[in-house]
Amino acid sequence: MKITNTIKITKLLAILFISVFTFTACSDDDDDDHDHDSEEELITTVKYTLTNGSDVVTLTYSDPDGEGGNDGTYSPSEPSLTANTTYTGVVQLLNETESPAEDITEEVKDEADEHEFFYTSSGLTITKTDVDGNGNPLGVETSLITAGAGSGTLTIVLKHEPTKPNDGSSSSAGGSTDVEVTFNVTIN
Amino acid sequence: MQRLIFLCAFLYCIITNTAAQDCNITFKGRIIDFHDKTPILGASIAVINLNRYTTSNMDGVFEINNLCKGKIILEVKHISCETKQITIDIDKKISKDIYLEHHLEELNEVILKASKKTEQSSVEQSIKKAVIEEFTDKSLGDALKTISGVSTLNTGNAIVKPMIHGLHSSRLLIINNNVRMFDQEWGDEHAPNIDINASDRIDVIKGANTLKYGSDAIGGLILLRPKRYTVKDSLFGSILTSFNSNGLGGSLNSEIIKTYNSGYYTKVQMNYRKFGDFEAPNYNLTNSGVKSLNGSIQFGYNSFEKGFDAYYSYVNNEFGILQSSHIGNVNDLVNAINSQQPRVIEDFSYTINVPKQSIVHHLGKIEAYKRYKGFGKLTFQYDFQINRRKEYDLRRGDLKNTPVIDLRLFTTSLQPNLQIDYFNNLKINTGLLIRYQQNDAVSGTGTSPLIPDFDKYDAGMHAVGNYRLDETTDLSAGFRYDFSDINARKEYNVTDWQETYNYDELFPEFEDGDIKGTDIPTNPRFTYHNMSASLGLSKKFDNNILLLANYGLASRVPNPSELFSEGLHHSAARIETGLLTIGKEIANKFILSLEKNSNNFGFAISPYYKRINGFVQLVPVGITTTIRGAFPVWEYNQVAAQIFGIDINVNKKVSNNFSYSGSFSLLQGDNLTDNIPLIHMPAANFSNRLSYVNANLNQLTIRLSQKTSLQQNRFPDYNFFTYNATIQEDVFVDISSTPPSYSLFGMHTSAVFKFSNKGSLKLEFTIENMFNKSYREHLNRLRYFSDDLGRNYNLKLKINY
Repeated sequence: MKITNTIKITKLLAILFISVFTFTACSDDDDDDHDHDSEEELITTVKYTLTNGSDVVTLTYSDPDGEGGNDGTYSPSEPSLTANTTYTGVVQLLNETESPAEDITEEVKDEADEHEFFYTSSGLTITKTDVDGNGNPLGVETSLITAGAGSGTLTIVLKHEPTKPNDGSSSSAGGSTDVEVTFNVTIN
Repeated sequence: MQRLIFLCAFLYCIITNTAAQDCNITFKGRIIDFHDKTPILGASIAVINLNRYTTSNMDGVFEINNLCKGKIILEVKHISCETKQITIDIDKKISKDIYLEHHLEELNEVILKASKKTEQSSVEQSIKKAVIEEFTDKSLGDALKTISGVSTLNTGNAIVKPMIHGLHSSRLLIINNNVRMFDQEWGDEHAPNIDINASDRIDVIKGANTLKYGSDAIGGLILLRPKRYTVKDSLFGSILTSFNSNGLGGSLNSEIIKTYNSGYYTKVQMNYRKFGDFEAPNYNLTNSGVKSLNGSIQFGYNSFEKGFDAYYSYVNNEFGILQSSHIGNVNDLVNAINSQQPRVIEDFSYTINVPKQSIVHHLGKIEAYKRYKGFGKLTFQYDFQINRRKEYDLRRGDLKNTPVIDLRLFTTSLQPNLQIDYFNNLKINTGLLIRYQQNDAVSGTGTSPLIPDFDKYDAGMHAVGNYRLDETTDLSAGFRYDFSDINARKEYNVTDWQETYNYDELFPEFEDGDIKGTDIPTNPRFTYHNMSASLGLSKKFDNNILLLANYGLASRVPNPSELFSEGLHHSAARIETGLLTIGKEIANKFILSLEKNSNNFGFAISPYYKRINGFVQLVPVGITTTIRGAFPVWEYNQVAAQIFGIDINVNKKVSNNFSYSGSFSLLQGDNLTDNIPLIHMPAANFSNRLSYVNANLNQLTIRLSQKTSLQQNRFPDYNFFTYNATIQEDVFVDISSTPPSYSLFGMHTSAVFKFSNKGSLKLEFTIENMFNKSYREHLNRLRYFSDDLGRNYNLKLKINY
């Protein structure tokens, strides 16, 4: 009895140890060689291109190293628009850490019903001219009308999963903010 | 082999038969204590097959005369010792030393341990199986909250981190079946991955005597223990089901245990838990469901001299996180704080969408022990753990179903332990620890990892002595030394490395290769030497009064999140930054406890004081502007801190059937460096319970309970203003103010129906938050977004067989 017991214990311990190592080995499958990913979702650049015939103004906010590191920069620092003019506006989001730069706007358009751009400004009237699949505003394309000469700001907000349709203001639309940039604008 | 045994048996028969005539042999024996080899006086010795009796003398010696050749069976008994049966072949042996074991409780812990402390001189409190079962479909933190001085740091209602005296995460050691849990416990929203149903008893050790498990129990120690089974042939088990009205879910727990006379035992336990969206009194908490599948297997052999225990447990949790808590920047946070209810309220659903956490935890161990005569017990333990944590957030495009955080932490350790019980009044417990830990930030998430890859090596040794000065006084003293080495690989942003944190001058040796674009590869490496110590005293007085005094010196090395974390924390709308300059945290802890243990009237009054140098805290330090807008930056820093307070428990039997129990906890935490209160300290709280128990009427129990948590008025003011570009004005961000006091009432009834000798059915009906009170708790990280849980009706059915 004693001998058989000892054999039994030894066998069991052996089986347990083997199973332990199998476990550890199995879970090593998803080990990787520390080849860490670049930020795929990152938006480094917001470009808002305003066109009226040959009058083309591009407002750019760019933070090429993402969150942390250097702060983002605005260019041109004092963009100037022509007074009492109607521009066609197109917003573009880029990830410039990749080469060639990835156009995030395409992803937003693909999921148009889950996204919406909001524009807030003093001195400018901005109307969204495109819609998502449900006929609600999207805001990649806009029409912008300037008033008389002066200066003010223009804020562009992109919301993910806002309430749609909404009353047009970003704060009451809910959702989470993916982009929020504010440009200083001069109207001559 | 088999043949040989047969041959031996055959020869043996011949010899016994032929020699059975000679009947004037004297057998001389000596009864000796197994531990200290002292002779035992007055043991009764029976020769069972001859029906003869004798006792041992002063020297432990006894004699049996006029024996024939052949086998005799002796049964040796002594008060407080394990009865021993041995067979002796008189032909071969006419004298023998017989060792008796007087530490019966070690074997039959089940029976005696119920009211026994883990450590004689330590300030501790326990919760037992009956209470654990009340929390079968809840978390470890929820169950521990019944103990005064324990609170929880929540993320919603399912992710619950226990806190002892306001301290949590790396400052609490959680020991699951003698294995220290390593499940990425450093994060505020990382709850311990434990299925409480696998435990039989949970101890919370607030005082000293934690050195066996580590040097860093600044807050304390939580000890989860499975049942130890008696040595007998038996098969039993139980099925426990629970249904809840809130969350329309519940759990099913089943366990079956087989024990053998030979000392073998085996246990299998399974648990499944599922809840849909929970509800606050006035709305659904959309996406707050839980899904959990757990199991454990235990197998072992238990005898006095040697034994082993093999244990494996699997925990798989999926937690939905309130959808409204996913926000973008600080303006979204302001909107959430100012709005009375969550922004997303949908109909009830069992679906768990993003944001969510999905965690799998494997834990396995093998422990074997052997006792040596006149020396002690040697234990050897090997264990491993694998923790895989995936956190999902709201993402765009192809990354929708890809986790933002995917970490795999592997921990393995080897622990030889030696308990010396040779000396009569002195017990020495000493051991070694060797541990290896590897974190892998699994690739494929499309983000830079919050915690980088690292390898960590630990080695430690400890010695604790427990000395019984006299019948009423116990002293304990312990010492521990630990060595840790952590070696990480992380890419830093060049600007952060060179300018923001000045690491290129502080840690030039960590740079590991050329700058790649905006990033610099680094290889931070730190080594630490840690000393810790403990002292304990327990003194018994008349009337069951006990006084305990504990002192502990604890030191903790910074955890990976304090050193390396970097990035956006969505549910908090904040950027969290760890710093390489964070150093060790060293605490001096004092705790006293005056206790009276009695069913008629008992109490425990425990004041405590902790002074912590280099206390690591995460606090807001400023605002950064990103392409997503403004975010507060929370940075780890170190301050001198003190935490002091008092925990009081009272129980009183009012009449035969009625009894009362109450508890009260008061705590104050100070940041001494800045002369302000410490962040996230639990508020004063008290509870009262009135129970009616009728043992003659199916153990009918009716209990009314009340718990009040007062508003925390001592909090550091980290509120700030931020410019909201949409409305073009500065807005106030109130992240610090605390919600008002609240009181919750509950009712609990239960009855037991016997249907056979072993079998019984227990019915339990509970109402939580009876008056459907709307409240928010300041230690719930989702308090900015929604109220806490509303009323819940719970029905439990337990079948024992």
